[in-house]
Amino acid sequence: MARIIVVTSGKGGVGKTTTSAAIAMGLAKRGHKTAVIDFDVGLRNLDLIMGCERRVVYDLVNVINNEATLNQALIKDKRCDQLYILPASQTRDKDALSTEGVGKILEGLSKDFKYIVCDSPAGIERGATLAMYFADDAFVVTNPEVSSVRDSDRMLGILSSKSRRAEKGEEPIKEYLLLSRYSPDRVKLGEMLSVEDVQEILSLHLLGVIPESKSVLNASNSGTPVILDEQSDAGQAYADIVARYLGEDKPHRFIEEEKKGLFGKLFGGK
Amino acid sequence: MSLLDYFRSSKPNTASLAKERLQILVAHERASRNQPSYLPQLQQELLAVIRKYINVGQDAITVNFEQDGNQETLELNIVLPDEK
Ligand SMILES: Nc1ncnc2c1ncn2[C@@H]1O[C@H](COP(=O)(O)OP(=O)(O)OP(=O)(O)O)[C@@H](O)[C@H]1O
Ligand SMILES: [Mg+2]
Repeated sequence: MARIIVVTSGKGGVGKTTTSAAIAMGLAKRGHKTAVIDFDVGLRNLDLIMGCERRVVYDLVNVINNEATLNQALIKDKRCDQLYILPASQTRDKDALSTEGVGKILEGLSKDFKYIVCDSPAGIERGATLAMYFADDAFVVTNPEVSSVRDSDRMLGILSSKSRRAEKGEEPIKEYLLLSRYSPDRVKLGEMLSVEDVQEILSLHLLGVIPESKSVLNASNSGTPVILDEQSDAGQAYADIVARYLGEDKPHRFIEEEKKGLFGKLFGGK
Repeated sequence: MSLLDYFRSSKPNTASLAKERLQILVAHERASRNQPSYLPQLQQELLAVIRKYINVGQDAITVNFEQDGNQETLELNIVLPDEK
């Protein structure tokens, strides 16, 4: 049986796709057979971030409509043979996804994969609610900013009331906080909500903090999940997150401002 | 803390303002999320009944729903007008 992870946020543009690509690659690199599914029907982008956009033939909706088999639609990653990508379709039909259809796909994948990562679209429409409906674990990607925190809390409400686990009265979905685009220097200046602030408001278990980082844009430019940039802060943050998720005890990083030299101490830097 | 940070700290701390606003909003939204959907109508109908007997204002009654583990409580609060 696979473990199904949904990467969700409510608010758009907070880093769900960046996160989905990174953690899927991270889990696969640790030897776990992983599939990552783009649920953003109509606006697919995961293929670009994963660097496989030119290899897309069939997509999620084709499989649901029996126009292709799962094996035909899954794209095997060229860098890691444990990783497969299932792209979203570009159809404008909002009803292309059905609960039965998605359920069937996840059931099929479950036989073969250890982890299934669902990259949710923004909002609370069908794509987003279906991405989380079957989840076992939820990675709630939040930016330290008022509207993102508020939307995350709304998603928590949906996770706990409208998921399959909730409807069946099973053990609830495990929810984790991934605080992204964090700038410790701005937190120190009182310009940005701190990790503790966000944790206190959402009362969520913190899986990791991903700093605001130039490496994310560089990675997306070249179609490489940022976790493969092992020198980068964001890449390391995602590697830590994968390790913690797999049960390793890793102290949190990227929460404090980088130590500055004497010059920086005297003049405050930046 | 650097010398510059000292002068900077005289600026208003917008992060704590954000936290305060979020805490209030999130608490409010969570409470209304867990409410049964019949609550607003129940409140209206109760008000109509009470007004047959007592002359109270629109906001004289509050209905609170609370969930504590398996126990659900409905709290009804009616403020009677001052005797003239
Ligand atoms: N840690 C980070 N540091 C800097 N930029 C980031 C970081 N995380 C994400 N970004 C940038 O933010 C933008 C949005 O990221 P991404 O596409 O992952 O968000 P999303 O939540 O999937 O968006 P959507 O809701 O549209 O699907 C991208 O331009 C990405 O490069
Ligand atoms: Mg996205």
